[in-house]
This record gives sequence, C-alpha cells and structure tokens, in this order.
Amino acid sequence: MHLDFTASFIFVADRSWIWLAAYCFVLASAYSGYTLFAGKFMAPRLTFGLVAAGFVCQTIFLAVRGHEVGRCPITNFFELLTFLSWSMILIYLVIGSSYRLSLLGVFTTPFAGVLSIWALLQPESEAVPVKHPVNPWLEAHTSFSIVACGAFALAGLAGLMYLIQERQLKTRRPSSVFFRLPPIRTLVVANSRLLWLGFGLFTIGLATGFMIGQDVDWRKVAWSLVVWALYGGILLARIRRSMATRWVATLSIIVFGLLLSMFWGIRFISEVSPVR
Amino acid sequence: MNISCFGLSHQTASVEIRERFAVADSALPEALRRLRAIEGVEEALIVSTCNRTEFYVAGGVAQLSPARFFQEFYKGLRSDDEPHFFGLWAEGCVHHLFRVVSGMESMVVGETEIFGQVKRAYEVAVHEKATGRRLNKLFQKSFHVGKQVRSSTAVGRGSISVGSVAVDLAEQIFGKLEGCKIMVLGAGDTSEKMARSFKARGARQIFVSNRSFDRARVLAQETGGRAIRFEDWEKEFADLDILVTSTSAPHAIVTVEKIAPVLRYRGDRPLFMIDVAVPRDIDPDVHRLEGVYVYDLDALQSMAERSMEARKQEVAGGDRLIAKHVIEFQNWLEKSAKPMIGQVALELPPS
Repeated sequence: MHLDFTASFIFVADRSWIWLAAYCFVLASAYSGYTLFAGKFMAPRLTFGLVAAGFVCQTIFLAVRGHEVGRCPITNFFELLTFLSWSMILIYLVIGSSYRLSLLGVFTTPFAGVLSIWALLQPESEAVPVKHPVNPWLEAHTSFSIVACGAFALAGLAGLMYLIQERQLKTRRPSSVFFRLPPIRTLVVANSRLLWLGFGLFTIGLATGFMIGQDVDWRKVAWSLVVWALYGGILLARIRRSMATRWVATLSIIVFGLLLSMFWGIRFISEVSPVR
Repeated sequence: MNISCFGLSHQTASVEIRERFAVADSALPEALRRLRAIEGVEEALIVSTCNRTEFYVAGGVAQLSPARFFQEFYKGLRSDDEPHFFGLWAEGCVHHLFRVVSGMESMVVGETEIFGQVKRAYEVAVHEKATGRRLNKLFQKSFHVGKQVRSSTAVGRGSISVGSVAVDLAEQIFGKLEGCKIMVLGAGDTSEKMARSFKARGARQIFVSNRSFDRARVLAQETGGRAIRFEDWEKEFADLDILVTSTSAPHAIVTVEKIAPVLRYRGDRPLFMIDVAVPRDIDPDVHRLEGVYVYDLDALQSMAERSMEARKQEVAGGDRLIAKHVIEFQNWLEKSAKPMIGQVALELPPS
C-alpha cells in the first residue's frame, strides 16, 4: 500500500507538476492580458494566486526530483528550463509586491508559461540519480547561475515595459494600457536593481564554476564571460551616466536574448561532450 | 409601484432657473416637512445640487403633473417654468435615480461628486424621519448600483480636465508625487489650478517663479511652496522633476540649448514639462530630448476629450447593469406590497 502510494506520488511528481504549473501560468497570462488590454478591472489576488499555485507546483517537482537524483535537479535541459522558470517566478514574487510591480506579471507569466511548455517538449526528462559524490561547487555554480538568469529575465521584462511606456509618452497619445502599467520611474529603478542582483549572482556562479575542479570546458567559460562582460558594461555605463535609459532597457532585452541562446549553446556542447 | 420623482436638471434648465429652485442644505429639514405636507406624500427625499433639484416621494402622488407638484411645493411659478420640469413614476423613477447616482446623468459623465451628494441628501432625510421602508430600500439599492456601475464599467475612468490629465501623467511617470520637485513658472490662474492639483495629490516641494515676485510669493504661500525670483529659476533646473509653465512671454523661454546641458547631470531621472501657455513657453524640440516629455495644452486637451468620449461609450454598459437592478427592485416592491394589501384587507370593516 505504502509502495503504491509512493509510486503514484512520484508519477504525479514528474512532468505532471510542470503541466499544472504551465496551466497556471497560461491562465494567469490570459486573464491579466485580457484585463489589461480590454481595460477591465483586474483582481490582482487572482493573478497572484495563479502565479503562486504554479510556483508551488514547480517547487514540488524540483523538491521531489532533487530527492530522487540526490542533488540540485539540473541534470538535463528539461530540468534546466524548469529551474530557470522557477527562479524567475521566485524573484517576481519577492520583488513584485515590493516595487508595486504586480503588473510585471502580465509579462512574466507568459514567459514562464513558454519556458514550462518548452521544458515539457524536451524528450529527456527522466531523473538521473547521481553516481558519484555531489560536488558542492558544481551545485553552487549551477544554482547561482540559473537564479541570476531569472533576475536577468525580469530585468529584460522591466526593460520591455519601460520601452512601451516611453513610446506611449513620446507619442503624446497614451492608451489605457499606459495608465495600467507601472510608472516609468519605478520600471527604471526595478530594471537597475534586477540587473545588479543578476550580475552579483552571475559573478558568484562564474567564480564557483572555477572551483569545481573538473576539466573546464573553455567554450562554455568564454560564452559566460562574454555575457558577464556585457552586463558589466551596461551597469558601468549606467553608473557613469554615459548611456541613455532607453538604451539600457533595450540592451537588457538583447543581452538576455543572448543569454537564452547560451542555453542552446550549453545544450549543444553537453550533447557533444557531456560534463557528467 | 408608487414611487415618483419630480425635478429639473441641467439637461433642460439653465443655471438661472436651477438656482431659483435650488434648496440650500440648511433649508432641507424645513423643505422636507413642507414636502411631506403635500397630500398623498408618505415618504420624501430632496436631492439639490448645482445641476439638479429632485424630489423623490413614495405615496399616492402619481396623479400629480410635474407643474402641479412644483406649484404645490413652491407656491408661485413663472409662466415659462413649466417646460423645465420633469416627472418620473415607478420604474422610470428608479431607473433615473440609479443613473443619477452612477454619474450617468451628470453634466460631466461619470463624475463621482454626485454619489456623495445623494448620500448626504439621504442622511438628512433619514435624520428628519422623512423616509420609510420604500425610499430607504430604493436609496440603499441605488448606492450599491452606483458602486457596481463604477467598478464594472469605465464610466468614471480617465481624467477629463486638463489639470487632472497632467497630474495623472505625472503619477504614471514618477509614481508617488511626494518626493517630486515641481516648479511653476508664471503665477496666473492656470498655474494656480495646476499647483493646487499637484498639492492635492501629495506634492510637497513646489517652487513658484514669476516676473512679479510678490505674486509668486502669494501663490507659494497658498500651495505651501517656495517663491523664487524669475532671474533664478534656471539655477533650480538640475534637480527638477516637473515644470509647469504658463507665462505670457511672447517666445519660448525653455529651449533645447538650455535643457540639453542640464540633462547630463540628471542621470536616468525623467523630466516632465507641462506647457499651458499660449504662445507656448517650451520649444517643441525639447520633447525630442532623451527622458524629457513635453505636453502642451493641445496634447492635454486631446487626452481629456478622449477620456470623455470613452466614458460616454461606457454608458450603454451601465444602462444594461441598471436595468437588471430596476427589475430586482420592482420585484422586491411587489413582494413587500402583498402583506400590506392583506393587512389593509384585515383592517377593513366587515361588510
């Protein structure tokens, strides 16, 4: 009886949790998108509840999968995408309420939904239990790097919202959407803080990567260093006030796109020469 | 349904006529007593605002024409007053009240002041014991309907005056206005209204500059701000967030040459400029600068007009909601009237 229950729980704990999370994110984005663009009243608790439910599903999956594999569950591309989506939602839930950015959810939930569905489209999603002792540096490297990516994703979304607001103000004919998105100044501050948060975490991830003690794949390192230098450059330009806010927002989106392409790169490299 | 409404409003009566029929707040208790003295009036309530004077009554007055009702109440009308009066009975009266409370009968569609005015009129009537079961239920229902119409439709959304459009824009740029530094150039009526609007929304740092320093000082005192000599206003520019200009200068006094060098020190802080002067005080090219948003009178006026148009389009949705509530109220009234009929029958002398 106990075995049956455990087996069924593990079965549910597998991809089904991610399906559930994807449903929640798609529903949240459909609801918030409809209310935003149709000018209807939005119940923020409903969106927040759906996002939180999706987050809980993802957390359950990661906890169960982590228990199965005996390490941080980032052993394949499916898990990597799930962890990235989870990190992004985690940061959204933490900063969303702090910065009056609840409407960031309109942009965050579709992206989280796409990541979850993309993860589900991956054929290799079985748990691969660890065969040798867990390397804590490797654990720290992967977790910090992916949570950093979550922060960069949100920075890119805040940048996108800034560009929308900026454009509306410049045309002098702002639509109803303008009055429902967060204030432009709040978006600038959020974008900046998310870039700093992501950069800090990414730096730690990069540094711990050198401590793993295994053979270093220099193609991955070079790719990561390029992304790190680009984000560093954006922040430096911001400190020196030598770059217009519009450009900072635009680059937040472009560099995140590059970062996403890095995932494909890592996947390709891993397929050619698996690390583990 | 023996509920009726007699009145006149901005839709047919000019302000000269409306003011003759208005009932002052202090005169309401006495007016309610007079109203209840009219034969057949069992319950009474008077709503008197600058745009309407309306008498809501429950009882057997359905046979009265509006002119006769006004004659009974005011005792002495002019011959040309009659066309301005209206009378509504039963569902028509209920429907009208729900529209009034929802702001759909207002001169500025969707305005919220009327809700409070009707609520105060109801409180006075309750205090004077002029209302009963029917009017109590009707007005309580109307407040519920008013809230629902405003929350479910966009009938009250969007600013419809130049001042409130400007303040709304400022809030969408900076969030809360408490920490914003605002400068008002020119101390005329428009500047004064604008400064007051900003103060009402929480702005604390308001600077006023005018060619006449005394006038600047007066406006600064009124808005809790600080007066600056006109020669010095440019010195304050570097850490300014919002600039309101309404001077009578014959040419632009804020130009790209003046603003561009200052922007370098501002970092990513946006600069919002509101130009309500004619001719304009701000060179239109300033709007092209990074992080600077210039809105002149035409831009603000156009936004206000679009909001007004959007509100009018929402009225149909409001009417659909109201129609459902009118039926609900009618059903309640019919149900609650049945025991009364029974009661009356019991009290009839045996034949």
